[in-house]
Amino acid sequence: MTTVAEPHRAQPDDDATDPQLEAIGPVVEKDRAALIRTISIVVVLGLWEVLGRQVNPLLLSYPSKILQALWSMMLSGEIFQAILESGKTLLLGFLLATVIGVALGLLIGRYRSVEAATDWLVNALYATPLVAIVPLVTLWFGLGFSAKLFIVCIIAVFPILINTASGVRNVSSSFIDVGRAFAATERETFVKIIMPAALPYVMTGLRLGIGRCIIGMVVAEFYTAVGGLGALIMKYGNQYDTAAMFVPILTLALIGVLLTALVRRAELYFAPWKAN
Amino acid sequence: MTVSTAPAPIATGPTRNRPVKLKVDRVSKTFLLRGERGEPPSPFTVLREMSFDVREGEIVSLVGESGCGKTTLLRIIQGLNRLDRGTILVDGHAVSGPGRDRGFVFQQASLLPWRTAAENIEFGLELQGVPKAARHEKARSLLHLVGLEGAANKYPHQLSGGMQQRVGLARAFAIEPAILLMDEPFSALDAQTREVLQRELLRIQAETRMTILFVTHDLDEAIYLSDRIVALGAHPGRVREIIDVPFPKPRQDLPILRSEPEFTRIRKKTAEIIRNARSPEPAAGQEKTP
Ligand SMILES: Nc1ncnc2c1ncn2[C@@H]1O[C@H](COP(=O)(O)OP(=O)(O)OP(=O)(O)O)[C@@H](O)[C@H]1O
Ligand SMILES: [Mg+2]
Repeated sequence: MTTVAEPHRAQPDDDATDPQLEAIGPVVEKDRAALIRTISIVVVLGLWEVLGRQVNPLLLSYPSKILQALWSMMLSGEIFQAILESGKTLLLGFLLATVIGVALGLLIGRYRSVEAATDWLVNALYATPLVAIVPLVTLWFGLGFSAKLFIVCIIAVFPILINTASGVRNVSSSFIDVGRAFAATERETFVKIIMPAALPYVMTGLRLGIGRCIIGMVVAEFYTAVGGLGALIMKYGNQYDTAAMFVPILTLALIGVLLTALVRRAELYFAPWKAN
Repeated sequence: MTVSTAPAPIATGPTRNRPVKLKVDRVSKTFLLRGERGEPPSPFTVLREMSFDVREGEIVSLVGESGCGKTTLLRIIQGLNRLDRGTILVDGHAVSGPGRDRGFVFQQASLLPWRTAAENIEFGLELQGVPKAARHEKARSLLHLVGLEGAANKYPHQLSGGMQQRVGLARAFAIEPAILLMDEPFSALDAQTREVLQRELLRIQAETRMTILFVTHDLDEAIYLSDRIVALGAHPGRVREIIDVPFPKPRQDLPILRSEPEFTRIRKKTAEIIRNARSPEPAAGQEKTP
């Protein structure tokens, strides 16, 4: 230990706390879980394929036929265009909801007066199933892009806002004390203590928000101008082409899973101390 | 037995000629405890008319049984809690809130979990606007000082309790406060680390001339580190007696010092005062099981 050159100087406390060492058990566990999951997927898809062929094709399709439909939609480019269009609404709406939700959530969580001024409205709107206002929104914004954007945004903003606010309220008083002990100003307390401490809650809000964004997007596409994945579902539904209808549905599921996983990764990255 | 309610009237000991750095003047604090089931809130007096001085460059220890208000007093001095009556004076000026002239080492390390050890140490420096390079340099040397060179980039949850406590120590040292308030900083450490850090504290203090108010349960530690010991009574907390520790500084290591008859004498006396403080001064305050 004493003769080791500087760059290699081992960290003396490694063995006690290295998370890598602890992780060996869980890694084996993880592999097992992945194996079981794969088997489960194969079995379910297989059953679907077999049983789906027995049923009236109007009611249920089956994987191989859906793949065919996907292929032809890829050739025509239809599916890509729909994904692009929906993605635009989704990402912009989510971004807007994040900015508004986090900013308002920080203020509501920190300042009693802001909370008192807004909490009744926030709670009422959070409790309202906001799909109910879609017809109203189309009156305000027409059937274009801005209507979709508004719907996606307003549906996602509340879980983000509410989680952010409760994150701020739940900042441990001992962290606040540290800031005060070092004579931090209100602004410094906000930026260096409250925001990082509330971050895990914010990320949870974002994860919930993403799910709601997708719901909002599909609903908006059902009711407003033709376009995007929601419109594809309507179109093939009207044509009684069930296999083709499954393509955008499964695409939506995939988008939901991917985005949620992405936020989860971000959660681990930004709040490693909450990992376990 | 004599109860000193006023500050020690005649300054004694080797530090007696130094100017007063920190003056705790008749400080009282009462918490309102929320009443259960519709009962009205009841006042609970934690500190009553507490007075003592800490002179420049002195280490003074506060000892007293658990729950006698040591943490509360330290928090009041730091400006984290309000006092009800009395004054805290630093260099003769009353203080009313937190300031960087005072540093605080918490009983629980209270590290910020989203910051690495080094970043935690740099926290106060950041607020002071110290440039990045200087901050890093300082964090590195402080990590070395507390024996955590390898832990710079680890997060608190990756550190043991003792290591966290050492980071908390380094964080307070970093801003080089004129007065350092330490709330049982070594109580969570193993005996060996504790001894190392006690010695380091004495060395750093001798170097920086920092004024230190130190809370501890460990009488050996109190005697080893302190120029004077303030023994507190409980319920409500008040100053019982102020005991001089006459050993000159720099001091011999604790094991050697321990064998001095004077050490034993002080230890015995202090223990007695604390023990007696428990038995009633009649009707002193509310009964509360510690
Ligand atoms: N915020 C508070 N509200 C009500 N009571 C409090 C509060 N903080 C402390 N107390 C009470 O004040 C008393 C003194 O607490 P304090 O933490 O100062 O004791 P202490 O001397 O530091 O004890 P220990 O040695 O165990 O750390 C305790 O009885 C505690 O219950
Ligand atoms: Mg305490």
